[in-house]
Amino acid sequence: MSMATLTAPSAERENYLNQEYGIRSWLLTTDHKRIALLYLLSITFFFFIGGFFALLIRLELLTPAGDLLQADTYNKMFTMHGQVMVFFFLIPAVPAVLGNFLIPIMIGAKDLAFPRINLLSWYLFIIGGLFMLYTILTGGVDTGWTFYTPLSTQFLDTHVVAAALAIFIAGFSSILTGLNFIVTVHRMRAPGMTWSRLPLFVWSNYATSIIQVLGTPVLAITLMLVALERIFKLGIFNPQMGGDPLLFQHLFWFYSHPAVYIMILPGMGVVSEVVTCFSRKRIFGYKFMALAVIAIAVLGFLVWAHHMFAAGISLYAAMIFSLLSYFVAVPSAIKVFNWTTTMYKGSISYMTPMLYAFGFIGLFTMGGLTGLFVAALGIDVHVTDTYFVVAHFHYIMVGGMVMAYLGGIHFWWPKISGRMYPEAWGKLAALIIFIGFNLTFFPQFVLGYLGMPRRYWQYSPEFQVLNVLSTAGATILAVGYLLPMVYLLWSMRYGKVANENPWNAAGLEWMTASPPPTFNFDQTPTVTWEAYNYDELKEVPVER
Amino acid sequence: MSDRAPAIATHSPELEHHFSSLEQQLEASVMGMWVFLITEIMFFGGMFCGYMVYRYQYYSAWVAGSQKMDFRWGTLNTIVLLCSSLTMALAVRSAQLGRRKAIVIFLLITILFGLGFLGIKGIEYHGHWAEHQFPGLNWAWPEANSHLVALFFSFYWAMTGFHALHMVIGVGLVSWIAYQAWKGRYHSAYYTPVEVVGLYWHFVDIIWIYLYPLLYLISHKHISG
Amino acid sequence: MFDLPLWPPRASTTAGSVDALFIFLLTLCGFMALAIFTMIIVFAIRYRRRPGHQAEQIEGSNALEFTWTFIPLGIFLCIFVWGAYIYFQERTPPRGAAEVYTVAKQWMWKFQHVEGHREINELHVPVGRDVRMIMTSQDVIHSFYVPAFRIKQDVLPGRYTVAWFHATKAGTYHLFCAEYCGTMHSGMIGDVVVMEPAQYEAWLSGGAALGSLANTGQGIFQSLGCSTCHRFDTQGRGPNLVGVFGRPVLLEDGRTVIADENYIRESILIPAAKVVSGFKPIMPTFQGIVSEEQLNALVAYVKSLNPPPAGAAGTPNLKPPTSQPETNR
Ligand code: HEA
Ligand code: HEA
Ligand code: HEC
Ligand code: CUA
Ligand SMILES: [Cu+2]
Repeated sequence: MSMATLTAPSAERENYLNQEYGIRSWLLTTDHKRIALLYLLSITFFFFIGGFFALLIRLELLTPAGDLLQADTYNKMFTMHGQVMVFFFLIPAVPAVLGNFLIPIMIGAKDLAFPRINLLSWYLFIIGGLFMLYTILTGGVDTGWTFYTPLSTQFLDTHVVAAALAIFIAGFSSILTGLNFIVTVHRMRAPGMTWSRLPLFVWSNYATSIIQVLGTPVLAITLMLVALERIFKLGIFNPQMGGDPLLFQHLFWFYSHPAVYIMILPGMGVVSEVVTCFSRKRIFGYKFMALAVIAIAVLGFLVWAHHMFAAGISLYAAMIFSLLSYFVAVPSAIKVFNWTTTMYKGSISYMTPMLYAFGFIGLFTMGGLTGLFVAALGIDVHVTDTYFVVAHFHYIMVGGMVMAYLGGIHFWWPKISGRMYPEAWGKLAALIIFIGFNLTFFPQFVLGYLGMPRRYWQYSPEFQVLNVLSTAGATILAVGYLLPMVYLLWSMRYGKVANENPWNAAGLEWMTASPPPTFNFDQTPTVTWEAYNYDELKEVPVER
Repeated sequence: MSDRAPAIATHSPELEHHFSSLEQQLEASVMGMWVFLITEIMFFGGMFCGYMVYRYQYYSAWVAGSQKMDFRWGTLNTIVLLCSSLTMALAVRSAQLGRRKAIVIFLLITILFGLGFLGIKGIEYHGHWAEHQFPGLNWAWPEANSHLVALFFSFYWAMTGFHALHMVIGVGLVSWIAYQAWKGRYHSAYYTPVEVVGLYWHFVDIIWIYLYPLLYLISHKHISG
Repeated sequence: MFDLPLWPPRASTTAGSVDALFIFLLTLCGFMALAIFTMIIVFAIRYRRRPGHQAEQIEGSNALEFTWTFIPLGIFLCIFVWGAYIYFQERTPPRGAAEVYTVAKQWMWKFQHVEGHREINELHVPVGRDVRMIMTSQDVIHSFYVPAFRIKQDVLPGRYTVAWFHATKAGTYHLFCAEYCGTMHSGMIGDVVVMEPAQYEAWLSGGAALGSLANTGQGIFQSLGCSTCHRFDTQGRGPNLVGVFGRPVLLEDGRTVIADENYIRESILIPAAKVVSGFKPIMPTFQGIVSEEQLNALVAYVKSLNPPPAGAAGTPNLKPPTSQPETNR
């Protein structure tokens, strides 16, 4: 890619971007930083595809009648919107881009433990992505992102197998990334980088990896069984053979509930880094923050059937899963309280990444609190499969995770590109996204409690006003997302050159050049300080 | 071991640039394989769960289906696989001792056993196909509970099929390291790939150790009794 | 276009209890969110970066950590108990409820009243009566959802699921399919018409006189030859079905199951799955032979062979075709 040429003034010292040029040097690279950029490009691409589907969904829902799209087309839109956004954007977003780039540097390693497997992960992602594109371009798939049987196995003649295969392959990419992170964190830490000195970003990606490694294979086999059922007419989930339609749901959610934590834990890591840096403070309660992410990863495996409260599971099973859902909410509460307290008596500056962190904390809290609503059995029966749930998860995934991702991109942009982004534009975009987001998704809570079911192509007229608000919000949101695209690209050539540590932040990644050299450090560092040693860093005037 | 020298200094050709010692490299690779095997356990675990649930629900159909398994082929295959695990272990041992020829020979025997397993499985598959025991595509069941037994056979084909696929991949991996061993790539200080592929092989073997009783043995007593 | 409802109508006993918890949660979580947002904003302003202001390092505090671990946990447990209590009621139909058999299919709702009335995409029920929906699907998973009643229950192929409600206010309410079921999922909607008892009686008597559902079932029972094996004495090759419903049944493999609707259903479709102790698994499967509606009629018939429980309503008690059995198996 031409990125290298763009960012490297000729007399600059050698770094990972200017070390080699040419397409080959990118496509065959095993450098974790370059692979991170490959991911950055690919997931951005998929984000806009998913966003495009979202806009079509919102446009269709502008009026109660199904007028803009055909029913089948609409069904394909939300299906592929969900699949693309979840599997090809949000799951790889923070881990595969920021995690890939930062984890080795943060622990003082030269690379991940298995650089070639890392590249293989990206290729698997791309192959999976190509299958997804094939699915999209040849007519799409309309199972819903959840693939519920027997609809997906026996009643649809769209590209179910291709979509399942796409996700299967992308799943292996995710498994291998997780595997790589786990081994790297265990085996590649620099001298002195003890577990209790790991940045929380590493902790949360480590916890994420555990989920990826334990959960994703279950999704893989489940989707394979769906494919086998379609290709070879086997009958694992076929009710006519006595198969249990709920078995599929159990297997699917066994992965997909933990997967929602794959989609939030890395974001929590980003926020921990950003909040400490822009409050100039050590994180409040480091040990509890680290324990909390592990607790979420582990407890997250015990609550899957809370997606099935109205599906026909037994009364007592439902009660147990509801109870456990409340347990998994506790560590999230710990995190929110600790971030808030970290700001207490800090020295807080409102740089763009910090604005995103504010947004994250606020919107994640709202999404999480509505998680408490849907985990309450009596209420879930009413709001399950309505827009209340749609709003719940967009608050966490878009309001939380996408904010964290954008915050992280801005925060580490000087490290990645060697340039500063334009601060004023950054703030403006963050503000637009925040406003657009709330306008899009807050009305959906009301819609949901009113009883508007999700995945509805046409709806009853009394729901229209709220839907119009939501659609209006989505257009604002689209503008908000386009802005960073533009100014970040612009900054790669015209941005102010960044020094080693423009935020004067703590952490090993800020102790090497921006952009870092190919092997990250000229000399393997030896760590003698605790994480977030902001007490030892002298405050300097902020650069603008 | 001789090459624990600092990484920046001249290092042995097998040491990849980002590790600081061969030991670290071996530890990382072995750990990586273990983590991968955990994912494999989860992969097969999904099917085992489904199998157990239905077995409990449709016990009589499970018995009926299970009785169509030829317990002799299953046992033979179990023996074949156990032998292959032994030769695989011997190959790893030879690698530790740096005996090039022994590695190659043991790996070749392992491959033979692996192919033998697949061959026998093929014979069995052929038999089931010929007797119309493939649900959906080629199914006929003269006795009661046709659709429930079809469910059993769906699991049979899926579980043994995925296992066989793992065997095929295993044979490929072993062939590759056998070739590398033949070229003399491994010696007592560096045999990580042999060890790692060995772990994989044993794992695939263990999966079979669970499949065998679940599919072949569990209802066998009903034939005689 | 400009009506903007913000709260769904409240037309069942369940609706009130769900709304109560919902309002409680709104207050609680609204308060928590407000508290957190206020703290963040106050900190952000009060401790903003400015000349002469230095961050003050604080390590953390175990006391605080335990506080905000266990207090939220305590609150969460209260929410859980309240939510579970409502759910327990939603999932425990009162005895003696009127019954409506429901078959969902792509993309319509078919209702069979035990009195014999059949409806499509429209369900008439009286105010002030417990109604129990016994539902199954002919194809994929659907979900029976009446927002005004705050109830929802997925409808699965291959088994019965049950929902119940007690309507409190006459009116016409939305019925939605809430589980994605293919192309016209959003068209699988209907109306629940809640009527005052008198009107309801009028509606009932105005309907087609098909005879009760159990009557229909009796006809099917005879025409399919069930009665050749299931006789009302002890001589049949199959068990006598009188009094079976609702009782524990001892199975051949030693288990005991309660003969509920799902058991009857399974006994007809997959007879060999649960073989009654003392009988041979000779009963043929009727899968593919009986339709879901006929199956409902058969189940209604088998149920009608029981003496009605005290206070039962809706299920008329049919006398078996022969005289009362001497022994009850
Ligand atoms: C990143 C994604 C993400 C995250 C992190 C979560 C987090 C949570 N989710 Fe969510 N959820 C989804 C994504 C996510 N969810 C998705 C995608 C679906 C729908 C899937 C589909 O059907 O398509 C879904 C659906 C879903 C359901 C099923 C709804 C239904 O379909 O009927 C439930 C039910 O229990 C649930 C619960 C929870 C809970 C309890 C949490 C908890 O982890 C939240 C914990 C956080 C907090 C609680 C906030 C902070 C706490 C405080 C500030 C404490 C103070 C408060 C008090 C003392 C009251 N979620
Ligand atoms: C994981 C991440 C994720 C993200 C980021 C989003 C982002 C958005 N989602 Fe998504 N959504 C899901 C995950 C996500 N969603 C899932 C899992 C479902 C459930 C699917 C199912 O039911 O099966 C769902 C369902 C869903 C529905 C419900 C559909 C239904 O049930 O009928 C709606 C409706 O409003 C919606 C809206 C939006 C909007 C407006 C955004 C916005 O935030 C998007 C904003 C982005 C853009 C607008 C892109 C900007 C780009 C351009 C302007 C350029 C145009 C593009 C080209 C020219 C190529 N989503
Ligand atoms: C060939 C004889 C035969 C026919 C025809 C037959 N059944 Fe059966 N049925 C049996 C036998 C034997 C059993 C007990 C063993 C078992 O559970 O499979 C049984 C069991 C049952 C049970 C469970 C009874 C209990 O005591 O738990 C029900 C309900 C039932 N049958 C209903 C029907 C219906 C309805 C039909 C017709 C559509 C039907 N049967 C036709 C032989 C028959
Ligand atoms: Cu039926 Cu949706
Ligand atoms: Cu969940």
